[in-house]
Amino acid sequence: MHASVRPAVSVNIPPIATSATAKETSAALAMRMSISKVNFYYGVKQVLFDIGMGIATNKVTSLIGPSGCGKSTLLRTLNRMHETVRGARLEGEILLDGQDILRQDVTAHRRRVGMVFQRPNPFPKSIFDNVAYGLRINGSKLPISEAVEKSLRHAALWDEVKDHLHKSAYELSGGQQQRLCIARALAVEPEVLLLDEPCSALDPISTAKIEELLVQLTDLCTIVIVTHNMQQAARVSDFTAFLLIGQLIEFSPTPQLFTTPGDPRTEAYITGRFG
Amino acid sequence: MNARLRWRKFVSGFMLAMTGVCALVSVSVLFLILGYLVFHGGTSISWNFFTKLPAPVGETGGGMANAIVGSGKLLLIATLIGVPIGFFGAIYLAEFSGSTTAFIVRYAADLLNGVPSIVIGIFAYSLVVLPFKQFSTLSGGFALGLMMIPITLRSTEEFLRAVPNALREAAMALGASKSKTIATVIVPAAYRGILTAILLAFARVAGETAPLLFTAFGNRFWSQGWTQPTAALPEMIYRYAISPYDDWHRQAWAAGLVLLGLILVINIVARAILSRGIAVPRT
Repeated sequence: MHASVRPAVSVNIPPIATSATAKETSAALAMRMSISKVNFYYGVKQVLFDIGMGIATNKVTSLIGPSGCGKSTLLRTLNRMHETVRGARLEGEILLDGQDILRQDVTAHRRRVGMVFQRPNPFPKSIFDNVAYGLRINGSKLPISEAVEKSLRHAALWDEVKDHLHKSAYELSGGQQQRLCIARALAVEPEVLLLDEPCSALDPISTAKIEELLVQLTDLCTIVIVTHNMQQAARVSDFTAFLLIGQLIEFSPTPQLFTTPGDPRTEAYITGRFG
Repeated sequence: MNARLRWRKFVSGFMLAMTGVCALVSVSVLFLILGYLVFHGGTSISWNFFTKLPAPVGETGGGMANAIVGSGKLLLIATLIGVPIGFFGAIYLAEFSGSTTAFIVRYAADLLNGVPSIVIGIFAYSLVVLPFKQFSTLSGGFALGLMMIPITLRSTEEFLRAVPNALREAAMALGASKSKTIATVIVPAAYRGILTAILLAFARVAGETAPLLFTAFGNRFWSQGWTQPTAALPEMIYRYAISPYDDWHRQAWAAGLVLLGLILVINIVARAILSRGIAVPRT
């Protein structure tokens, strides 16, 4: 990315320039999740300002924006991972299938909304045990080995690992480890899969594999991906949200956001004038 | 310039040699002790040593079977007391407590670790021996167990903290509760380190004499059950080494060798167990 230049436009006055079109499109689509009036604080520091957006069912929604814009924080609120940070505070409402996620049991909620992190983080266990982990801790009655195979197939990893399922997960390459983490998340059959810059630690070939995979996974679940890479957002997502210093600047169908952005700041960012 | 370069080369060579010599000295102290022990102990050890009771004063021969069993019993009690308290305390510190509590507990553990072992012995004496009016295996094990707590606690906590946060997040994002995360991910990821810590604590107290003087007390016969005084290897080494008899000196050497051998065997077995399983790679 380029050296960061502050946008000329003041971001303290937030005219959420979003697009009527996004709302119209949203209305026509089923929404898996909806975020409204979300403010988020780390201690006294506010990092998200009045965010509102919908996450369309079985689509890929990407969150883009420069470092520190709050896109990862927003993503983490969706499965309440922010609660693991001391002093984090969320205001507003996030619904999953019409129900307030903050009123649900947190472990049950996280089973429905899985997450894949920036760096591959397999457990120090075998490939098989990594994928089986979520099933085992949740006391799943499903036959575990079939579920493991299914998840590995969904993550396009089965053919590469089927002959050494009992080897350490750390013997896999970085890209394979990340797909293993995706398989691990898929094993508990989440409705939503969150990915926090899943390719930032990977080489281009592994990245391409994961992008291809994401598009296929929309058959199974709804995907929200945070990415630093605008080309990636353009390639994989149906909707894109652009955040800047904690504010949602624009939220539109991806082709529209990248071709006819509705806000000058979006245009400045996607044309590489800052960030 | 040339003189300066020569001077710098000299200093560099000198310092390198110094560090090398110091490294060598620290290793050779260990090997000297080991060699001396193997030399003296090896020539004094016999089958009788493992199977016979101590001979009556004045007679030669006999063994320390009761002390070997006694040490085993003492260490069993010590482990049962020290390891669970240290281990669960460490889980609390590493995973739950606030930084102030953790600081206080850690500091207290460090102080406890620094308390002279004879003081621990007196403490166990007044707490366990006096009320029951009886020297016993239990009181000796209690004293050793107290000594194991801070060692186990501090190192277990370090190893738990060293588990990458990414693993905690991964487990919690899959719907694992905090206790499940600890039991199924964090402790398994740290178990090699934790076991090493427990072994270190075990080896440390296995050789302790002072806490046993007022608690286990010593016994020249078999100790019945857990409420009688018992012999222990380090305590026997102490008594035999300060005695005026050559035969007892030889037996003390043999006891030293056996004590060392036992700890070595336990270490090797534990390391063999440790080498299985999957370790978190260092990043």
